[in-house]
Amino acid sequence: MKDDVPKIRLRGLSKAFGEKRVLDGVDLDIRAGHGMVILGGSGSGKSVTIKCVLGLIAPDAGTIEIDGRDVLAMNRREREELNDRIGMLFQNGALFDSLPVWENVCFKLLAQKRITRRAARDKAAEVLAQVGLAASVGDLSPAELSGGMQKRVGLARAIAAQPDIIFFDEPTTGLDPIMGAVIDGLIVDVVKRLGATAVSITHDMASARRIGDDAAMLHKGRIVWTGAAAALGNTGNALVDQFARGEREGPIQMELRR
Amino acid sequence: MLNPVAAVGRAVLSACREVGALALFALEALSHLLRPPFYGRLFLRHLVEIAYFSLPVVALTAIFTGMVLALQSYTGFARFNAEGAVANVVVLSITRELGPVIASLMVAGRIGASFAAEIGTMRVTDQIDALTTLSTNPMKYLVAPRLLAGVLALPFLVLVADILGVMGGWLIGTTKLGFGSTGYLKATMDFLEVMDVVSGLVKAAAFGFVITLMGCWCGYNSKGGAQGVGAATTTAVVASSILILALDYILTEMFFAQ
Repeated sequence: MKDDVPKIRLRGLSKAFGEKRVLDGVDLDIRAGHGMVILGGSGSGKSVTIKCVLGLIAPDAGTIEIDGRDVLAMNRREREELNDRIGMLFQNGALFDSLPVWENVCFKLLAQKRITRRAARDKAAEVLAQVGLAASVGDLSPAELSGGMQKRVGLARAIAAQPDIIFFDEPTTGLDPIMGAVIDGLIVDVVKRLGATAVSITHDMASARRIGDDAAMLHKGRIVWTGAAAALGNTGNALVDQFARGEREGPIQMELRR
Repeated sequence: MLNPVAAVGRAVLSACREVGALALFALEALSHLLRPPFYGRLFLRHLVEIAYFSLPVVALTAIFTGMVLALQSYTGFARFNAEGAVANVVVLSITRELGPVIASLMVAGRIGASFAAEIGTMRVTDQIDALTTLSTNPMKYLVAPRLLAGVLALPFLVLVADILGVMGGWLIGTTKLGFGSTGYLKATMDFLEVMDVVSGLVKAAAFGFVITLMGCWCGYNSKGGAQGVGAATTTAVVASSILILALDYILTEMFFAQ
């Protein structure tokens, strides 16, 4: 793979739900082996963007390329093969209630019969250890876990099949600041260990700086800024700086009814 | 709003769209029954859930239905001095109509609601999206095994309902109405034809398909959190109950119309 080909390339990505245009020509390049953080206010289209890349929502227009291949032109089998290389941590964990934690963690491996059920228990214990959880957690049901533990199990499930692209949807939402920092640390560790490309969406600026190499700001359905995550708050872009500093006054006006 | 013709037109178009989408949903689910991978463990789990755990409610309903039927038909036939036809009416009514319909309505309440609630909760908590990101087709994993289990479990339950319904009639006939045990059973067996039972079992398979299809369809398309899941559950039970009664008429016409 040439260095100048981004891992993920979005061009002119558009999506409307009825009258509401959520994405209005999103252009974004995500470098292989780097962490990209997509920022934006509520309803700015962050989740829709990654759902389009994951194949959960079909965009109305535009292209999505992964490793230079047009994802939208893939047939079902090619799409499933691509999904084998992708992991996803959902905002609320999205763990399967009907399965114990160990089956959640090894779900993809078991579903594809890449591993026996006996071996899956050992594999789950190994992956749970990587996210700081004891092997005994594997026998619990997701309903018995705290929010932080659910995030860790979700992370374990996302990395169990050793993907080379991992998506994180609001990884620290609903967690206290210390647990948020712990989850961010785990994300950085596992992404580095796997050599994966990480794409995160978040409102949490501290988290964005910790887990991102690059950052992009989505506003009114378009990418309005891209740059280094470390520069957030001092980018010179009024939209990004207002958002990063959480300032009430600025070019972004909340639509409040009075 | 002001044009009632347009409102009717919109409602008809919406209904056509819904029926078309439901038909496509059913066809896709059926196609997954023919293509690997197959989830045998899930199929067995649903089979046990429907066939075994519905037994008590179906058995009790069938026994009481047979008992009431014997009492009512005796009262009615006594007016024409035709009390001897009680056993014949009970076995015919139970095997052709009441066994399949009442057992299916009970299962619709139990299983239709359960499937809609479980799949609906999975939908609103992103678990169905998570399945896709874990390279697992949700239709194949969630819908196809349930449909197959429903189609196979209902005939078994109806066979049990037939036997217990007839036994309910026999119990009342011999203990309250003065029939001899041997005479009652002989009248039952002499009057019963294979087609009476077979038609009931075919109806049961069709009703099993409808119940599981509506449960999965309503759950799969639920929206809007807890309220949406509640609405999906109600719709699944009401729609499958109405469809069972409508389909019962159509199948009765096919089997027995002169």
